[in-house]
Amino acid sequence: MRMSAWTEMVFILVVVLDFFLLASSRLKAVIRAAAAQGALLAVMPLLLAWHTTELGHVLALSIGALVVKGIVIPRLLLWAIREASIRREVEPIVGFIPSLILGGVGVALAFAFSSAMPLPTPEQHAFIVPTALSTVWTGLLLVVSRRKAVSQVIGFLVLENGVFVFGLLLSDFMPAMVEAGVLLDLFAAVFVMGIVMFHINREFSSLDTEKLSVLKD
Amino acid sequence: MTILQSLAYLALFLVLPPLLPGVVNRVKSRLAGRQGPPLWQLYADLARLARKGAVYSRTTTWVFRAGPVVGLAAVASAGLLMAFGGAPAALSFAGDFILFAYLLALARFATVLAALDTGSSFEGMGAAREVTFASLAEPALFLCLITLARATGSISLSGMLGPALPLAWSRAAPALLLAAIALFVVALAENARIPVDDPNTHLELTMIHEVMVLDHSGPDLALILYGASLKLFLFGALFVRLVLGFSVQGLAGLGVFLAGVVAFAALIGVVESIMARLRLVRVPQLLVGASVLSAFGLVLLLR
Repeated sequence: MRMSAWTEMVFILVVVLDFFLLASSRLKAVIRAAAAQGALLAVMPLLLAWHTTELGHVLALSIGALVVKGIVIPRLLLWAIREASIRREVEPIVGFIPSLILGGVGVALAFAFSSAMPLPTPEQHAFIVPTALSTVWTGLLLVVSRRKAVSQVIGFLVLENGVFVFGLLLSDFMPAMVEAGVLLDLFAAVFVMGIVMFHINREFSSLDTEKLSVLKD
Repeated sequence: MTILQSLAYLALFLVLPPLLPGVVNRVKSRLAGRQGPPLWQLYADLARLARKGAVYSRTTTWVFRAGPVVGLAAVASAGLLMAFGGAPAALSFAGDFILFAYLLALARFATVLAALDTGSSFEGMGAAREVTFASLAEPALFLCLITLARATGSISLSGMLGPALPLAWSRAAPALLLAAIALFVVALAENARIPVDDPNTHLELTMIHEVMVLDHSGPDLALILYGASLKLFLFGALFVRLVLGFSVQGLAGLGVFLAGVVAFAALIGVVESIMARLRLVRVPQLLVGASVLSAFGLVLLLR
């Protein structure tokens, strides 16, 4: 298979994982899928920019993404659900089938209209923008439609994955420092949310964020 | 030559299908560490059932007796439209894939009517479930076929699965791969295999397909079992041709095709061994997922 076909496959796998994230109720499987998506993102800069001179930069970007998105954060989340002993998302605000259909519509729109978007730099691959938009959309759906705090954190993670894909458009220009800052941000955010989750769980012995809305002082 | 080839494939289509459930069961038994029934078990079952007499409930009408006959006839005629192994189908015209899908739907309709005709609430429940899931599997099947039609630029099954397929694979591999995955899920759902329905259980709460044929006996049951194996073979043929989309001619092509169909049955056996049946409320999710996947494949082709 030619090089661009492999790249295409990676982009499509990322979108298929989006569908899986929207459809699955098992938190462990969802975290694993988010981790797999992170690992796929790590492959992307290498596939897209394997001929550039700044191999060091690309390599740093790739390894950073793999370690933070593919290994550290998923482990943290797996630890969190083990501590809180929850296994599945029950009754999300938007059901699994409607969110899957919404996701499908979003992906279709992203792929249909992304070519109409004016971009400052020439695209390295036609699938970058639609994949980024689809993944951001998926993350957004997960954040707003799930009740459990862990699911919302995963949604945030997926959202950031989408932003990362979008960032690949600029990977030739983006200093490694900026990317490192973004990854650190993400890590800090997930870390903080992990602690918050832990506290919510200890206070209510549940991770349902609905319960937070009845808090009174 | 091509006519002979098509006729040979049709003959195989009528003779070989009862072997497939045997392969599935053999794989399942082996993975579970059992000996398993012989591969030709279904042939023996069919022969036994054909010698028996049928018992009809007094509440049933001619609809009940017509059910198995219409079901088998519809599936067998769908076989006329199928391009087995990429060889031209016996009957082919523009848009025949719609007739193909609806002949399968007609077979299901006949079975459902026969089940409702018994007046048993139990069979009515099975019929309701079968129709619910079928209505979700149908969009997925059509989206797969439309993806295939779009990729090959042909709207007959012979064209879609014929010589245009290798070219389509080299141009639009990701879309066809997505369609193939969706098609496999549809095949599992349509043939009442495990993630959707368990062919082994006779547990009242979980039965879908089995429950509809409880009142059939003797030759009628034989017709239903034979029709089910024909349907499995049809889906196997479609899936195998889609996945092994290269052109092979003559006897080698026949060999590849048959090996592929056996591998398809073995794959179903593996899936049945490693997966549990999904809860009924989760089945629509799986089928909608298959539709979304194939729709995504179509979007990739359309842009």
